[in-house]
Amino acid sequence: MTDATTTADPAEMAPAPLVIPVLEMRHVNAAYGPFRALFDVSLSVGEGETVALLGRNGAGKTTVARVASGLVEPTGGEVMVDGNDFTKTRAYRYAKAGVVHVPEGRAVFPDFSVEENLTLAFSRTRDRSGVRDALARAFELFPPIAQRRRQIAGTLSGGEQRMLAMARVLVETPRLLIADELSLGLAPIVTDEVYAVLARIRDAGTALLIVEQHMGHALALCDRAILLDHGAISWQGPASEAAQAAGASLFDTGGDSRS
Amino acid sequence: MTASVLAAGVVEETIRAFFQGLPIGAGFALVAMSFVLTYKTSGVFNLAFGAQAFISAATYFELHVRRDWPIWSAVLVAVVLVAPVLGLLLERLIFRHVHAASAVSKLVISLGLLVALPELFKLIVDYNREQPFGAVGIIPDGTTVYRLFGRYPVTRDEIAAFVIVVAAALALAALFRYTRLGLRIRAVVQSPRMTELNGVNADWVSSGSWMLSSLFAGLAGVLLVPTTPSLGTVLEPTGYFPIVISALAAAALGRLVSLPAAMFGGLALGVVTTQMRTHVPRDNVILAELQGPALPYVMLFAIIVFWPAIRRQVAGADPLLGVSPPPPALAATSRSRGMTIYTRIMALAFFTAVGIWTFGYANDFWISRITHSVIFSIIFLSIVVFTGLGGQIALCQVTFAAIGAFGAMQFAQRWDISVIVGMLAGAAIAAAVGAVLSIPVMRLGGIWLAIATLAFALFFHDVLVKYSWVGGSLFHGRGVPRPEFLGVDFSSRENFLILSIAILVLVGVLIILIRESSTGMALRALRGSETAAESIGVISWRSRVIVFSVSAAIAAIGGGLLAMEERLVGYEANFDPQTGLFWLVIVVVLGARTVEGGIQAGVAFVIFPELVLHRWFGLDGAWRFVLFGFAAISFARHPEGLLEHGKRRSQALMQRAFARRAPAMAAAGAGGAAETGEEP
Repeated sequence: MTDATTTADPAEMAPAPLVIPVLEMRHVNAAYGPFRALFDVSLSVGEGETVALLGRNGAGKTTVARVASGLVEPTGGEVMVDGNDFTKTRAYRYAKAGVVHVPEGRAVFPDFSVEENLTLAFSRTRDRSGVRDALARAFELFPPIAQRRRQIAGTLSGGEQRMLAMARVLVETPRLLIADELSLGLAPIVTDEVYAVLARIRDAGTALLIVEQHMGHALALCDRAILLDHGAISWQGPASEAAQAAGASLFDTGGDSRS
Repeated sequence: MTASVLAAGVVEETIRAFFQGLPIGAGFALVAMSFVLTYKTSGVFNLAFGAQAFISAATYFELHVRRDWPIWSAVLVAVVLVAPVLGLLLERLIFRHVHAASAVSKLVISLGLLVALPELFKLIVDYNREQPFGAVGIIPDGTTVYRLFGRYPVTRDEIAAFVIVVAAALALAALFRYTRLGLRIRAVVQSPRMTELNGVNADWVSSGSWMLSSLFAGLAGVLLVPTTPSLGTVLEPTGYFPIVISALAAAALGRLVSLPAAMFGGLALGVVTTQMRTHVPRDNVILAELQGPALPYVMLFAIIVFWPAIRRQVAGADPLLGVSPPPPALAATSRSRGMTIYTRIMALAFFTAVGIWTFGYANDFWISRITHSVIFSIIFLSIVVFTGLGGQIALCQVTFAAIGAFGAMQFAQRWDISVIVGMLAGAAIAAAVGAVLSIPVMRLGGIWLAIATLAFALFFHDVLVKYSWVGGSLFHGRGVPRPEFLGVDFSSRENFLILSIAILVLVGVLIILIRESSTGMALRALRGSETAAESIGVISWRSRVIVFSVSAAIAAIGGGLLAMEERLVGYEANFDPQTGLFWLVIVVVLGARTVEGGIQAGVAFVIFPELVLHRWFGLDGAWRFVLFGFAAISFARHPEGLLEHGKRRSQALMQRAFARRAPAMAAAGAGGAAETGEEP
């Protein structure tokens, strides 16, 4: 929590002034009713940058993700998207600005069919034929859910639901994807598939903010890492140094402690 | 030969009843569909549809009948313009801001609106309630009779109602299935936040669905007038309430979430009603009443009690439910010891002053008003027991009060027994009824308990009161004498006031004793979480039965006293179920948590319209419905009541000013607000 440990790399202190980050949080505090969850969190994700947000159970990672996508309005500080002040803005405007959040857990409409889930996402910017094309492309990218296009999403397996949640993202190519605990509760082989998809999204030029408890995959994917502890940033720096900075404790509590 | 003629007659009657039932059912179907629409999209159990339907109907008749506007323009304004705008206003100004509140809070808000909106409309529009409008429909020459298949008479109005409802249902189905707005409404139903993450403004979508449902309610309001004789003569908001409850029963057939089921349920309910009217003998009160209005209440009660699937939370499936902090429990926070002492001292001073004035200087009118407020305080203490201690909402306290009043009346009239004994017997009967009622609704909580008890109250109102052993006979009248007890004559105003005050004090002390007892502890645990309380050995059914019967007995004592004070059982004026809705609203608005809150509500109920509105501001007494009705909105944020909230805040401010024990108080407040869940 102390400022002295916050930065490992001096270059992080002074980002190039001409580049406006896609997402920037300045001194953000957040709370759920009387419970404070975040204390003075400042971070930024630049164009095409990939950042892993790591921390143990209850550290406030999900809250950072929710503030970053407008689901939770901060009680203090500012949130900027592409240099514009989005602090008091509602979630749908973040989505329109290209900041897309795939929330934790079963983040699909459980009573919709697979196709309806995707149609809802695609119909915002496309007309009827555009939606058809986008659907076709989504099913081309994700053959497993193509077979289940008429199935009710609530009955899909956990891995298929994550695929569905990402299918809506991948076709749109957002500016920033916030993915919350994508590996949670998935079999290792499915987690590998999900991260393969994330790598594809990254290569398409989308910036990523990956929230994970499980460090290995996230650090392999990302350039930069931020460690969160008790609602405050305890370290940020290159992903390669994150494991060392976090120490052994985080690895111990990783895994499936939150099933 | 004769048998076959008879059979042919029965068949003809059945078919005729079928065609008569469809238009009645069409009205139910419209309201049922709008009900489902709002319940699905915003989780609001909107009983205020009756008010919305009334406003559209009254606007239509105001324009068409009194101002001679042509039909099409009056319909355009009343249904297509006024109704959706009203829905939009309700969503924008009220329900949007209580999105995260509990279902019970939203129900209370809708009850407040049900009370407030029609009165506000009447005050603004200067609506002439005396002038009969007649059963004027929205179709030219609506009373023209056609004969289907050459023999079954139907009016043009009835055909229109049926056709419009079916067309509306089809349009709604098409909207949901084929349009982008329909898809978005369905998405918001499942999770407004997930919908926002897809870049859709969820607030706009729910505004849209409120406008749509309000449009349906308005349409039902004008369509129902010609086909519902009870509405036609003098248009009153109360006339729509039974229709809303019937529609609720129809919607319940589709688990409150299925639009097609709501439509077919409504039509079926209409047809069943007319079939029963045709075929069931009328010589038995219960059977006769089941043909009319009572059937939906029985059905609603049965569905809620016997079909647990209906009680499944709509919002339960939202994957992002955890984003908003949990709403405060119905009576979560407890006050500090210091404030209790301070309150008691202030109350003592206040009542001493009022007492000196009353017995020394007040005229008969004010003594009667003060007696009324004492008696209503007693009645409202039953709500304090049920809502403040029990943490639940019941809408049948008015029924228990009526039982007490009728008890006193019956014992005095039939056996010439002292009315005090009669009143106590009435209280015992009410307690027994309450205990029996608590058994089927044992597992219900929140809105379901409220609706089930409302159905019970309406059943009592429509069926049981008509028995001479309950409501008395026309021959004897409903007179009740003032009591004479243990050699003391309480018939003078002053003496009766003293008796009432004595009973109020007894009841208040009883409630405080219960609150401090082990039963009170058990209730406090149950309010927090029924499951958790049971896991540590609290027997929930016993507490439930105690709350039901104690609260019923208190209401009955108050009802008995009210009858003695007025020297008759003014059932229609005092004990109508819709009056009971206002009782609940005023108590929860002012503070259902404490004895003092109940007394304040009693005083406000009687004195406020007389003194503050009429004498001080020269306003119509009906403004009290508007003021307290809208004040119900505050219930979502301050379930402890406005006065209690104000006191706590001023106490907190004072403590901060003196910087004394402030951290401890803040910690207690935060912990209290964290208590969650009003349903197991």
